[in-house]
Amino acid sequence: MTTKQKLVVIGNGMVGHKFLESMVDLEQASQYEITVLCEEPRPAYDRVYLSSYFSGKTAEDLSLVSEGFFEKNNINLKLNCKAVSFDRDAQTITTEAGETLPYDKLILATGSYPFVPPVPGHDRKNCLVYRTIEDLEDITEAAKNSKVGVVVGGGLLGLEAAKALKDLGLKTHVVEFAPRLMAVQVDDAGGALLKSKIEELGVKVHTSKNTQNISDGDECVHKMEFADGESLETDLILFSAGIRPHDALAREAGIELGPRGGIQINNFCQTSDDNVYAIGECALWGGMIYGLVAPGYNMAKVAAQHITGAGSDVFEGADMSTKLKLMGVDVASIGDCHARSEGALSYAYTDEVNQVYKKIVVSADKKLLLGAVMVGDAEDYGNLLQMMLNDIELPEKPEALILPSLDGAAKPALGPDALPDTAQICSCYSVSKGDICCSVQNGAQTIGDIKADTQAATGCGGCTALVTQVMNSELTKLGVEVNTDICEHFKYTRQDLYSIIRVEGIKSFAELLEKHGTGHGCEICKPAVGSILASVWNDYVLDDKHISLQDTNDIFLGNMQKDGTYSVVPRMAGGEVTPEGLIAIGQIAKDYGLYTKLTGGQRVDMFGAQLHQLPDIWNRLIEAGFETGHAYGKALRTVKSCVGSTWCRYGVDDSVGLAVELENRYKGLRAPHKMKMAVSGCTRECAEAQSKDVGVIATENGWNLYVCGNGGMKPRHTDLLATDLDKETLIKYIDRFWMFYIKTADRLQRTSVWMDNLEGGIDYLKEVIVEDKLGLGEELEAQMAAVIGTYQCEWKTTVNNPERLKRFKHFINADKTDDNIKFVKERGQIRPASEDERVNAEDLIAVG
Amino acid sequence: MTNFVDVCALSDINLDTGVCALVDGKQVAIFRPAASGELFAIDNYDPIGKANVLSRGLVSDVKGHLTVASPLYKQHYCLADGRCLEEDVSIPTYQVKLEGERVLVAV
Repeated sequence: MTTKQKLVVIGNGMVGHKFLESMVDLEQASQYEITVLCEEPRPAYDRVYLSSYFSGKTAEDLSLVSEGFFEKNNINLKLNCKAVSFDRDAQTITTEAGETLPYDKLILATGSYPFVPPVPGHDRKNCLVYRTIEDLEDITEAAKNSKVGVVVGGGLLGLEAAKALKDLGLKTHVVEFAPRLMAVQVDDAGGALLKSKIEELGVKVHTSKNTQNISDGDECVHKMEFADGESLETDLILFSAGIRPHDALAREAGIELGPRGGIQINNFCQTSDDNVYAIGECALWGGMIYGLVAPGYNMAKVAAQHITGAGSDVFEGADMSTKLKLMGVDVASIGDCHARSEGALSYAYTDEVNQVYKKIVVSADKKLLLGAVMVGDAEDYGNLLQMMLNDIELPEKPEALILPSLDGAAKPALGPDALPDTAQICSCYSVSKGDICCSVQNGAQTIGDIKADTQAATGCGGCTALVTQVMNSELTKLGVEVNTDICEHFKYTRQDLYSIIRVEGIKSFAELLEKHGTGHGCEICKPAVGSILASVWNDYVLDDKHISLQDTNDIFLGNMQKDGTYSVVPRMAGGEVTPEGLIAIGQIAKDYGLYTKLTGGQRVDMFGAQLHQLPDIWNRLIEAGFETGHAYGKALRTVKSCVGSTWCRYGVDDSVGLAVELENRYKGLRAPHKMKMAVSGCTRECAEAQSKDVGVIATENGWNLYVCGNGGMKPRHTDLLATDLDKETLIKYIDRFWMFYIKTADRLQRTSVWMDNLEGGIDYLKEVIVEDKLGLGEELEAQMAAVIGTYQCEWKTTVNNPERLKRFKHFINADKTDDNIKFVKERGQIRPASEDERVNAEDLIAVG
Repeated sequence: MTNFVDVCALSDINLDTGVCALVDGKQVAIFRPAASGELFAIDNYDPIGKANVLSRGLVSDVKGHLTVASPLYKQHYCLADGRCLEEDVSIPTYQVKLEGERVLVAV
């Protein structure tokens, strides 16, 4: 047996972890014994989305480590373990704890640290940096006693940090040394527009400010003094003035560094010592440190291939183009955005009304695109980037690429067919056009399929539009007609049918079928249309013209169980119930011999009711003050709540009160699928609101609104839609959210899958719901008001109508019951008898 | 001789739905599809779901076949001949007729 090679990785950041993932994907990985030294107390997490920690994501949410990753792959992970030196001759590493570890191959993935300018006073209390989760914890702590916060540095990270301070409720300033924000990525005009947009959002921007001293303030903790004689008082300072490579270990081991730091690497990511590799932000290639994650990921793959000999990829630099949303403002920068190439020419377009700035830089012969800047609208990013990366010849008038289309003339768009298979469409996950086409060839038909299969468009999302175009083009080429017809009877999608029904005022299935369908309808289209009719007109679902559309459960307003009996669930809004209510339910369950169980939605479910018993049971429930719980419908189920500020020592607001109000507001609302909500009274989140379609969490400053989560087979956490809302705004947004979902989702599509298939995802939802970009807000609210205004308890209507009750018996011509229903006792209650037990007649309980 | 039994009025069956009748100890599911003027009678027992529930299923047109979709697991049974479209099973069918406004079944 050959002994395994010892491979040690120093650092478990994003790139260090990508290296491990790349290694274990290779067959040759089994020949290595891998040890990882991680200075931080937790393994790799997503630093790109660090600011989402302040909008509710936890350290676990940010983790990049799949469950059991280290165990499954036999990787020895040492947390809180700092390497202090390594000896290249002995091939050993020494840790802070004094341990010595041998290595055959060593990977330095030590990353970088934030540069703190050596200004006098920079080490005062509450002068912090923004890099690790521990930093975020310090910032949160410091912010508690602060009113004003300053970020030093107006680059990409600085603006992210400013958003974090603003989210923490501080009056926020950004101080930048250069004359404009994001000096590397945008030009003067773009920087100026970015500044005015960010100031509109309540962050004060100070450019051309050179901080000279930090001392005690008069009003605040600190006073910052600038070279121009001005000063600014603040309680908290965050330094975000660039990064420096963590190269001290390599320097002391005698490995070659760049003149201004950074570990020199070749195209295989090897350092000046063949057995030592460096990847990510600590590495210097071609005189450049790559401070973005995509090039780092690329280095990780290259290094893994080179060490194992499994491949021959090389690292030859990376494109630093980037598109991001900074505090809600779209910013994009491509290639040579400052027109520094020889002979480069620029075209620029400024729209002060809509606050949009775009510039393209082209070659002297106007044939090739060299770079671009976009602020305020970055929709063209994907197109322009591909043009540059693939040297695609420009149209005759290149300015048309950034000018708004007048007279409805189409913009010269780059068809996906113009791209080579190797064109990288998603740079976050290195997904090429070929990868997407391959995924389509293997059966993917929706953007959701592509995301699940290739990870494309799941990082920054900037490529979503292009991924969709590539997918559609490939589907067409394969001759795959994506059939989105709801079924053989209607050549329409559910969304189409919804619009037709609303716009044409269609009130019944028969009318819709006659005007727009063929055949007689089936168990797909009938319930779907029944649901749409209910969402739009909210008629009684057992009405003569609607009854035949109702599925198994709706048609008898109960949940059919395996033996043909039903379960009965009265509504308990917010999970609140009086002792009298509980006693009534208990007595009814006892009188009818029903099995009782609590549901996950905080109410009581009674099982084993036979068809003929349902009206009597409901008569008694209604008498006791209960209403139907719609447990049988694709409708609002429950609004779960914690006990909230009324009783809880930690409660911040009245979660039960709000839950009751919301449940009563939306009860009876029918939708493409069931809908669940919850309200938590504080961030401890005992109501588990972040696992619901709509979750609300109380904060000191109002309600935070989360959307599109679910439990079930594929659990998914919510995304944050809006923060610090008053109740009126909260309800307005929820009204809009539900009606927009009902209007646009597919049949039986939960909110999470629906959002995944919306181009733009949560950002798009924010635009529609919060910013009202489509101008639909009032219409959606009015539609919701109509549903709320026509609510009826379906069971009350039913028990008051003798004609309707005729159906609620097993035989139309006899008062007998179904002799096939047999129960046995278990743990003091009934349950359906198994097939064996049916033979053993003595244990059976008589029913009737 | 075929013995027809009067089970209910036509108006007792909502258009495009079914009811269950007890005829000579047998549970019979009777359907009144909107698609045709005809009535259909099949056994009420779903041999796949193993429960007497077919009368409560949804009337469904599958490529021209009039069927009922089982309310339990949604298999389709043809109303005309009792054949299941998904599984290799079949259920009994019965004669049904309309006399005036009355529905009559023979088993």
